[in-house]
Amino acid sequence: MPRIKAALAALAFISTPALAGKTLDAIKAKGQIACGVSTGVIGFSAADSQGQWKGLDVDVCKALAAAVLGDANKVRWVPLSSQQRFTALQSGEVDILSRNTTWSLTRDAALGLHFTAVTYYDGQGFMVAKKSKVTSAKQLKNAEICVQSGTTTEKNLSDYFRAQGIKVKPVVFDKFEASIKAFFSGRCQAYTTDASALAFIRSKEAPTPDDYVVLPEIISKEPLGPAVRRGDDEWFAIVKWTINALIEAEELGITQAKVDGLKASPDPAIQRFLGVGEDLGKSLGLNREWAARAVKAVGNYGEIFNRNVGADSPLKLPRGLNAQWNHGGILYAPPLR
Amino acid sequence: MAASRTASRITQALIVAIVVGLLALLVTTTAGHLQQRGIRSGFDFLLEPAGFTLGESLLPVEASDSTLRAFAAGLLNTLRVALPGAFLATLIGVLAGFGRLTENPLIRGLASAYVNAFRNIPLLLQLLAWYFLLTDLLPATDAALRLAPGIFLSKSGLALPWWVDGALEIPEPGGFGIDGGARLTPEYLAMLLGLSLYSAAYIAETLRGAVEALPPGQRLSALALGMTPRQAFVLVLLPQAWRAALPPVTSQLLNLFKNASLAVAIGYPDLVSVAGTSLNQTGRAIECLTIVIAVYLLLSLLAAALSHRLEQRALRGQTA
Repeated sequence: MPRIKAALAALAFISTPALAGKTLDAIKAKGQIACGVSTGVIGFSAADSQGQWKGLDVDVCKALAAAVLGDANKVRWVPLSSQQRFTALQSGEVDILSRNTTWSLTRDAALGLHFTAVTYYDGQGFMVAKKSKVTSAKQLKNAEICVQSGTTTEKNLSDYFRAQGIKVKPVVFDKFEASIKAFFSGRCQAYTTDASALAFIRSKEAPTPDDYVVLPEIISKEPLGPAVRRGDDEWFAIVKWTINALIEAEELGITQAKVDGLKASPDPAIQRFLGVGEDLGKSLGLNREWAARAVKAVGNYGEIFNRNVGADSPLKLPRGLNAQWNHGGILYAPPLR
Repeated sequence: MAASRTASRITQALIVAIVVGLLALLVTTTAGHLQQRGIRSGFDFLLEPAGFTLGESLLPVEASDSTLRAFAAGLLNTLRVALPGAFLATLIGVLAGFGRLTENPLIRGLASAYVNAFRNIPLLLQLLAWYFLLTDLLPATDAALRLAPGIFLSKSGLALPWWVDGALEIPEPGGFGIDGGARLTPEYLAMLLGLSLYSAAYIAETLRGAVEALPPGQRLSALALGMTPRQAFVLVLLPQAWRAALPPVTSQLLNLFKNASLAVAIGYPDLVSVAGTSLNQTGRAIECLTIVIAVYLLLSLLAAALSHRLEQRALRGQTA
């Protein structure tokens, strides 16, 4: 009995762990970055048959590891469900949440986190069976719509149809597999999620892709990007500028293959980028070759896009909004100088 | 004697103080850390608009209604499947339990096959199997099967005539399948089937165990008194077995209620599903989970108190 009491008393005096000092110091001490990813969204973050994580969100973490630690493989992958993701970041379980997460006011202001930059501009759309002869989302009155829970999807769905003055019935599943299985069995007349995922679901999961069509309406803005915990401005800046560097690299024509050869380039912007002249890394607390390392590890933004979701991937998504500002898109990295 | 009683009281008071102190520490440090990390917390979000709707619900929820109302609708949906599920589970459980005790080898074999199959497959798999069986096998929504006038069966579920605004509304084919009347969706039907068949298998075993645990002399004496085997079973064995089986059976029914929280796997909007959605809208993870825990705990305690009274009554019957 006295022993139990002593143990209880001791417990009462154990203080909860203090906030880790600087995230960067902690990462350097651990020798790896804890990166929160999804449990499997092809093109963004998914483990392949060999257990290797692949995708656009994954490459952001690899680029960070290369910039910060000099080795793109020094990442600990933490797969998170949509319900777990914010808590995992808030509690310090992960250093960065790179998990197809939409940047919104509430999330930025009230969840104790900061979104760093947009890595993919997405929007929510609908898919229906071709034989239903539905050609516009406005025809979905009284339809049952299959949804996977845990994103802003349910809210967009109800906002959109409220604005249209139409009632629909959402059927909400917590698992992706169950939601698409239900849709393809004919349980729902429509399926809704981000347009990037719709393209994948139609081409890879549909029994016959030609029996399904994606409707033209995009009902929401879904800027996806990584988030970090509040209270560490240095780490926030590192993540933000590593993403900017990947985007800037494409604009400057710095590719994975050419990055070493370009060190001799006379272009001052390229020299700065590669750390040949000025040392931009110093102000971030990083090695002078941080940006060059990131590009050497995963390529520039354009290469990352094509490999994971674009022309060279099964998804074959067009660049669209995700093209550079001087190529009809809205990607615009502030200058690295 | 008196001294040791005082000592024991002091110990008890100390333990209570430590437990309360630990709880207070947990709450204050959590609140402190949330604030320190700039995370908004509190239950004020319950009164703000939910922003989402429920596909099916006894209590209609619009996106402009409060989150609290959405939680209430979710809870009603849980009860809507758990209460009829408990009734069905008891009914099937009693039948299957008797089935395992009969002399008829065919019935005994069937009952034992049922119990073993359903007890030994994880419930989540059973729910998914029922659900995909229903959605795959039922006719398409635009080719609904007309079972009787005004009763349709399709992938959208079972449509039945129902009173809407004081008048009987008969379902009829509309824009997307069947409009009007009441609807039992495939999600609901799969939950009801899955939950009741799973729990019934346990109830059947409990009843069989309770009957077989009775001293063999009970049955032999009844037969010696000239009762038929059926009379001996119904008048002598069953009343005694029922008392022994009551506590484990009520705990099975409680399990059924808790198992209803798997609903979100097959798209049924129960309390846990609503909590998950609103957690994602608001980011209030601790608050949403606290509500779910509190509701389950409260309802389980209520049910436990009810079953305790039932047991007391049964025991009184025994001594009288």
